[in-house]
Amino acid sequence: MAVEKKKELQVAALENGTAIDHIPPRQLFKVAYLLELEKMNNTITIGNNFFSKKMGRKGVIKIADKFFEQDEINRIALIAPNVILNEIRDFEVVGKYRVILPDELVGLVKCNNPKCITNNEPMPTRFDVINKEKGTIKCRYCERKINKEDILIK
Amino acid sequence: MKSKSLVSIDQCSEEDILRILENAAGFEKNPNRTLLEGKVAATLFFEPSTRTRLSFEAAVNRLGGRVIGFQDASTTSSSKGETLKDTILMVSNYADLIIMRHHLEGAARYAAEVSGIPIINAGDGANQHPSQTLLDLYSIRKTQGKLTGLTITIVGDLKYGRTVHSLIVGMSHFKPTFHFVAPDELRMPDEQKNLCDKLHLPYTEHTCFTEEIINRTDILYMTRVQRERFTDLEEYERVKNVYILRNDMLKGSRENLRILHPLPRVNEIAYDVDDNPKAYFIQQARNGLFTRQAIICEVLGINS
Repeated sequence: MAVEKKKELQVAALENGTAIDHIPPRQLFKVAYLLELEKMNNTITIGNNFFSKKMGRKGVIKIADKFFEQDEINRIALIAPNVILNEIRDFEVVGKYRVILPDELVGLVKCNNPKCITNNEPMPTRFDVINKEKGTIKCRYCERKINKEDILIK
Repeated sequence: MKSKSLVSIDQCSEEDILRILENAAGFEKNPNRTLLEGKVAATLFFEPSTRTRLSFEAAVNRLGGRVIGFQDASTTSSSKGETLKDTILMVSNYADLIIMRHHLEGAARYAAEVSGIPIINAGDGANQHPSQTLLDLYSIRKTQGKLTGLTITIVGDLKYGRTVHSLIVGMSHFKPTFHFVAPDELRMPDEQKNLCDKLHLPYTEHTCFTEEIINRTDILYMTRVQRERFTDLEEYERVKNVYILRNDMLKGSRENLRILHPLPRVNEIAYDVDDNPKAYFIQQARNGLFTRQAIICEVLGINS
């Protein structure tokens, strides 16, 4: 009986769509923002602080009838590198994948050098990811290196 | 070069550097030529820099080109709020080449992206100033007869000095040995040391500026220790007179030693050094003219 109860879903099941799992609770709303969920008309379930064996607490986002392109979803790799995406079709998980930090981040991060041209001119920022494990990025323009913990999302 | 604009010394390969220096040597022999006849260069100095601007404008004039531009952004439409992009696009309609200095870092790279004509970066904030690096390399090669295998001692503000960081990148092709002399607060950053490690370039860090180091040196590159860099002014007072080069420190130095400085100097080279034939910082500035002539021809694809 107890075992069965554990299996009970914490959020309603999805028929078709994407379930984004293992989102760090503090990043949940940033993830929602980066994926521009507010612009979607799909049915969306957002849950936070669910119990997780792996990470204690976690956030979950389920979006009905939405399947992300890799570029689209990689935007969240900076702030939530360990999330797992579940592609669901007809109530079955048909694909599980991770996000990948891209080589270049365009228009996503704010340069934290106030004297950088990107903070003074209407233009998109461009960062090269110079260390994927550490999450270190470098501004294409002012050449400032930014460590993961200091990255500011626009 | 990978791009027709010169934004940063990183984009120059060993061959690019050697070609530019070779052409600069040609301009030293014969600086007045009509290679730019009928061409217009725009010098856009959003931030004033008299020495650099005059040197570039002299270079254009001696090549028979004409110069338009401004030396103070307060008289231009950027003070009305025009974007850099619009200014660059507008000037691209009038000129064949833009030479620009800007107080914002990355301005030259952005200008090179939007411009249809070549951009030469004459300094973007604390970021890059590649013509300074090339003239430093020209001065080193000219005084030593070679670039390879030299011992270079760099003294002063190694943390914030952009000329120093670019010099390391520029010299990194030529197997140098470095000595870095600086107070703890202004030590060489890890980024430059990592580059040396990666390329197996030997370097030693010192906090004391001694004759013993000078006597092992071919090129002594002095820089200014700036008061505003210190959080602790007591520390500044303690170190400001430690990194001063005086003539009596040169008595045991190598015959080929030359002293360079990107200028302006304040007190880090005592005036009694000026008459020593090993002092080279004034001639170094003169080399800027020939180097800039070569850079202008390089970006315009003119064979000199």
